[in-house]
Amino acid sequence: MTEDNAVTQTGRRVRVVLVDDHRMFRTGVQAEIGETARTGVEVVGEAADVDQAVTVITATRPEVVLLDVHLPGGGGVEVLRRCAPLMAAAENQVRFLALSVSDAAEDVIGVIRGGARGYVTKTITGTDLVDSVFRVQEGDAVFSPRLAGFVLDAFASTDAPPVDEDLDRLTQREREVLRLIARGYAYKEIAKQLFISVKTVESHVSAVLRKLQLSNRHELTRWATARRLV
Amino acid sequence: MPVAAAPRTPHAADVDEVPQRKLYRSADGRMLGGVARGLAGHLGLPVIWVRLAFLGLFMWGDGLGVLLYAAFWVFVPLGVGGRSGHRSYFDTLPDGTRRLRKPDKGQITALIALCIGAGIFISQVQVGGASGRYVWPTLLVGAGVVLVWRQADNARRAHWTEAAGRHGRLLQVARALAGVALVGVGLTVFIVVRGSAAQLGNVLTATLAVLVGVALLAGPWLIRLTQDLSEERLMRIRAQERAEVAAHVHDSVLHTLTLIQRGAEDAGEVRRLARAQERELRNWLYNPEGTGKEEAEEPATLAEAVKKTAAEVEDHHGVPIEVVVVGDCPLDERLAAQVQAAREAMVNAAKYGGEGGPVQVYAEVEAQSVFVSVRDRGPGFDIDAVPDDRMGVRESIIGRMQRNGGTARLRSAPDGGTEVELEMERAANAA
Repeated sequence: MTEDNAVTQTGRRVRVVLVDDHRMFRTGVQAEIGETARTGVEVVGEAADVDQAVTVITATRPEVVLLDVHLPGGGGVEVLRRCAPLMAAAENQVRFLALSVSDAAEDVIGVIRGGARGYVTKTITGTDLVDSVFRVQEGDAVFSPRLAGFVLDAFASTDAPPVDEDLDRLTQREREVLRLIARGYAYKEIAKQLFISVKTVESHVSAVLRKLQLSNRHELTRWATARRLV
Repeated sequence: MPVAAAPRTPHAADVDEVPQRKLYRSADGRMLGGVARGLAGHLGLPVIWVRLAFLGLFMWGDGLGVLLYAAFWVFVPLGVGGRSGHRSYFDTLPDGTRRLRKPDKGQITALIALCIGAGIFISQVQVGGASGRYVWPTLLVGAGVVLVWRQADNARRAHWTEAAGRHGRLLQVARALAGVALVGVGLTVFIVVRGSAAQLGNVLTATLAVLVGVALLAGPWLIRLTQDLSEERLMRIRAQERAEVAAHVHDSVLHTLTLIQRGAEDAGEVRRLARAQERELRNWLYNPEGTGKEEAEEPATLAEAVKKTAAEVEDHHGVPIEVVVVGDCPLDERLAAQVQAAREAMVNAAKYGGEGGPVQVYAEVEAQSVFVSVRDRGPGFDIDAVPDDRMGVRESIIGRMQRNGGTARLRSAPDGGTEVELEMERAANAA
């Protein structure tokens, strides 16, 4: 409808599935972002545990899944594992945005390595959440400041000169971007600060995500183990 | 006593729980297995009656008393119930050893009865005769079994009292060995008396073969049993841990929720309580030590100091402060000054910029220096427009950093909030 598009900032639409074992929380999120005419977010399904989530996601093929980390039946990581084919699909890709009350490092790193395109905590405001959903839908990554802190911390502790390839080392620019995210800057502000475009900021963050998942040097694992996180 | 007769109505049960009287073998004041004492306590009879009844059954009931007694011994658990008086034949000393009390009337009566009983028994059975050949080994075996069983009771008892010293343990082993020896001797005599001594070798071999067979058959089962047991113990430990978590949640979280319910109209207070509780719970859940206790001593590292400072400011001003710390290093004098400056910046941010959302604190320990940024999304201000007599920013933040050899930068945009950046060289590199 044209009216809808007029109200939505950009006229975009995104189909979302909510996965969380607390009904109250799902209701809250639904109320906050589910008003399609205003936000452009259409909640097409809800799930309360891993099995249900896999069924609902497979059936509805949403663009974005808001995924809780702690779920009965194996947690968000298990959902990611079983939905891996959907994430890798050539078209109608399903993308995951972790939305959790926990910002413990092992949860964050776990779901990111599982393939989630972003991680936000439940203290996020409705507007920011809608924004994050759209960003994830477009294939970009969303980091909360705390998550950026974890990643920085992980790579900082391996600051020794690069051994073999630079594949999973952060570039100076990526590090700068992460640092600003950790300081609480929005992507827009980062772009202004570094004199680059928002798109560039997003691609830097996506690169960091990719490196996190593909890190073949197991440094993150070692780092996490050393801190008794996994 | 009306205790036993008290009807257990549903509401009486949960108002004050009347302890259900269960049959236990008595652990104290017992002579053999505590069966008689326990029964006496359970039935409310003098213990001597029960003992005499058993003795009578033993003598004139073709050994029924022994069977009955043994059955009770095996099936009734050892407990602390069943004491009807405080009469005890033994005094239990604090270290667990027991000494004979001054003999009282009941004891003397029992002793006399025992003597009479033994006399009748001996006179009835021709000890020297043909049947005596079986009686003696049987008695020996019986005595051995009783010793070992009694030993098992003691071991269980030691569980609750935990008073078995080294001396006590030696005695236990000696008793167990004596019991086994008695049983062995008894069985051997049985065999030797029945057959001829020449067959002893064959019998021993056969016995050994049977024993090995039993061990082979029962071995795996026994191992499984032990494994199940240790697994069960593990589960119990986990359950205990869970109970501890539940207790903690109950204590602090429910308390806070109650406070929030009472003061629901005071939004600032509710927010402060909720933040404080969240922090405490996180600290308790995710900290390696997991004690969750408020630490009274000064933090030793930068990360702890920054987090603690932020928590204090948050509690005091009721504005959420999000802290991200990357890396860590020990706190020295200069870094402590930096943390102080950061605190000042946090207080300012909470006071003047708290409406714009949470205050962001970011600290990073780099190889050369430590960087701290405090950022709010409040209205912002113009540093040059602040009157000269207001010393907060100038002295507490910029001045303090400069005196300690660091730098402070202030950035403020009319509607983009304020950011204070503090940078300090690390002492290890300066020295």
